[in-house]
Amino acid sequence: MNAETTKQTGASVVIVGGGVTGLSAGWWLARQGVSVLVLEKGIVGWGASGRNGGGCSHHHSPLFLEEQRLWPMMDELLGYPTEFRPNRIRLACDDNQMGLYRRALENGEYQGFKSEALDPKQVRELVPLATDDVTGGYFYHFGGHANPHRTVQGYAWAIEDLGGRVLQHTAVQGFVTSGGRVTAVRTDRGEFGCDHLVIAAGPHTEKLAAELGATVPMMPARAEMIVTEPLPLMPLGGVDGNGLYGRQTLRGNLAYGGGPHEWLNVEDIEAHRPQSTPLTGDIAARLARLLPKAAHVKVIRSWAGFIENTPDGRPIIDRLPTVDNVIVATLSSVGFGLSPASGHAIQEMITEGRCTFADLSSFALSRFDRLEPDWRELQGWRPMPVG
Amino acid sequence: MSEMPIDEASVAVKELPIAERTQLLIIGAGPAGLAAAMAASRRGIAAMLVDENPVPFETMGEDVPLHFGQRMTGAARNRNAMMEEVLAADPALTEAFEAGVDIRLGTVVWGLYAPMPTAGWIPGTIAALADHERSWMVSAENVVVAAGRRDMGLAFPGWELPGVMGAVAAARLATTYDALAARRAVVLGTSTETMLAVAALRRAGVEIAAIVERADTVLDPAAVDALTGHVVARAEGDAEGVRAVVVTAVDADGRHVAGSERRFDCDTVVLGVGTVPAIELLEAMGARVAFDDARGGHVPVLDARQQTTRPGIYAIGDCAGIWPGKSRDAAVPRAEAEAAVAAIAASGDSHDAVLPDAPAADLAAYRCGWVRASVVEAAGEPYVCQCEEVTARDILEVRPPRYLGWNPPTQKPADLRSLLGDGPPHPDQVKRLTRAGMGACQGRRCREQVATLLALGAAEPLAQVPLATFRAPVRPLPLSRLSPGTDAVTVGRGWDSWFGMAPQWVPFWKVPSHYTVSGREPEGPVASE
Repeated sequence: MNAETTKQTGASVVIVGGGVTGLSAGWWLARQGVSVLVLEKGIVGWGASGRNGGGCSHHHSPLFLEEQRLWPMMDELLGYPTEFRPNRIRLACDDNQMGLYRRALENGEYQGFKSEALDPKQVRELVPLATDDVTGGYFYHFGGHANPHRTVQGYAWAIEDLGGRVLQHTAVQGFVTSGGRVTAVRTDRGEFGCDHLVIAAGPHTEKLAAELGATVPMMPARAEMIVTEPLPLMPLGGVDGNGLYGRQTLRGNLAYGGGPHEWLNVEDIEAHRPQSTPLTGDIAARLARLLPKAAHVKVIRSWAGFIENTPDGRPIIDRLPTVDNVIVATLSSVGFGLSPASGHAIQEMITEGRCTFADLSSFALSRFDRLEPDWRELQGWRPMPVG
Repeated sequence: MSEMPIDEASVAVKELPIAERTQLLIIGAGPAGLAAAMAASRRGIAAMLVDENPVPFETMGEDVPLHFGQRMTGAARNRNAMMEEVLAADPALTEAFEAGVDIRLGTVVWGLYAPMPTAGWIPGTIAALADHERSWMVSAENVVVAAGRRDMGLAFPGWELPGVMGAVAAARLATTYDALAARRAVVLGTSTETMLAVAALRRAGVEIAAIVERADTVLDPAAVDALTGHVVARAEGDAEGVRAVVVTAVDADGRHVAGSERRFDCDTVVLGVGTVPAIELLEAMGARVAFDDARGGHVPVLDARQQTTRPGIYAIGDCAGIWPGKSRDAAVPRAEAEAAVAAIAASGDSHDAVLPDAPAADLAAYRCGWVRASVVEAAGEPYVCQCEEVTARDILEVRPPRYLGWNPPTQKPADLRSLLGDGPPHPDQVKRLTRAGMGACQGRRCREQVATLLALGAAEPLAQVPLATFRAPVRPLPLSRLSPGTDAVTVGRGWDSWFGMAPQWVPFWKVPSHYTVSGREPEGPVASE
């Protein structure tokens, strides 16, 4: 049997990429009764979707209001636990951080959400693991955090509960086009026919779009996080700052990341796994400064992940200009928290023709029409030579 | 021509602080590591020999690095006394010291790093070391890993009691530390490694109440008196630990035979059902590993000179493979050490590759037999993962942890395949969803059991179940002790929580319609959200 030409059962919408964005889109479509198939080359959420801080507080995004509306309902809507908890506190260990962290308060206010500045005494009262050796902080009455692994799997299982399909260990090899449309997706397990295609393949999105003649500029990078043993739960787990993002999980672990990233070639991330580095120690030092009463707590894991960024670091959710029935989606390294909303937007673009609840013009691919071809070099985004 | 710009928030402008440099770093001062140190000394190679023993008492209490089961005597609290015990336990340490080897005891290597295309930042081969006060980085031209062995855990009701411990841990406390608080033990397993541990325990005055083997025949002839076809039905005891063990006969499917129970008074249960190569440093650094029946499970892939797939990184001794002939004869690890050091010295000396004996028993079948009879068939659902309180059923049905209080009726058939999709189940995926192996002992006590359970649950060969990845730090270490201190100034400069890209965080109502690099607004300081 020749897998190249084997006709498999396709779907009205085929989604390439089993990360949070593709899975959420698949789930929203399945909720609308659309037949959907998600193709994933490995295991769902194995990329950045399962390796992130779990934050849900993206006040700069046009999807913010929908993000805030949906998260409190996600457990119920999915039928699986996401571990979502609302609200966020961010602590500043110097005046510079205090100034910079104010932007979230301003962006929140502009969109009708309340925040408060905290003095060191208030910080100590609200955050048991902190001391009053801080400049201050902010209590944002919006946002929150969830468990990425559990959420990813929740989307996948919810799709299946609604009659959709998620096919893991299935690598996309190319597309079949006819009359300016993609009619099927070629994989190592045969061809899957489709009426619509969504490409949400993280750092691999650029290459897949190039197969269809479109330029979707992006570059992959590596970032890393650390996890401690569990501690008694703080009243609010969504505490970060001091140059770190992260949270106390509902189990009590401190999971935090931050610091320098490494730009990479996409060919290399296909051949090598993400590897953490001695940056583990620097993140640990920052966390001990952020939460001094946890300085004795043991780090039990670190992890690294690959993420992609577009030239301006903002998402692309748009139709490809070269074919009629393809939507491309990258959240540009900030996709987990926004996923309930990004999937909804993609669903509406397919079923309604456009996103009705948010203005996605800032996600348009056309903003890069005048982009310099050597934008990577001009921005100093350089992979490091080995050896 | 102007200089090319560089992303100041990326690692490209950050320098890792290296505190020390050495020609050869040897990790582990057991027979293999010491032989490597002496071989290096003879060849004029400057070597640093690092060993984590004596391990702090508090760390032992966490079952790190071995499953000590709280059976340390009070003497293990005295760091100086334990340092003397470690030195006295092997005269070869003193010989190596006198030969000029730079020996660091009580020092753990918590991470090994080498540059790779996805981590070009790492400047050569780097080891992250920690003692009881601080961490620092050592750059090494070559590394010989002689990290030894550890024990496979095995759940049964009561296995969380103090006194249930690993065979390697018991022998370590008895011989290296002279600090084993055990009087009368029941031993599980009959491998050569376990029987050598039994001999060490007997020399230390421990009475062996029984040796229990699940299989119908023993693995090592020295276990001739073992109670075959039996497993532990339960351990009984109290806050001070095990008081007795009840064993039961099992049938060919591992089911417990009613009315066959026998009770043994004892204060200790020695788990000797699997002696596992300690590969965590090597796997975590990206050296390729493979399941090898003849070498005791997952081991690094080696060339004829003991080199792993990472250039300049060698594995010798038990972490390179465990087999009976090697466990009995220290000449085998010595030969591995000689081969590795000869390769490092780039000598033309010819060495035959050190190869394992043909496997005496089917390792996968042996482990599956124990796990089916002891864990799956256990009455009362013992926790397989003690840290996170995860049972065999939780793992096989991929249930969320209990603390979520999530118990809706599931619509799904409860088998691994339908829950997780095609292909052998991945322990890392099961870990993320059930938390099995995610705890403070870093999966030491459960990872082999979990893999075996997944093989049984998915009806896949054990060798096909992927290895759960290891990650640095490979020992649990406090935040304060992992901190690189003030040296890390270049890493800290311009630190941002994410990419430090101003355009990424411009609120959407202010984003321009086109983006070009030359059209970017001048940027002040930025904090990613």
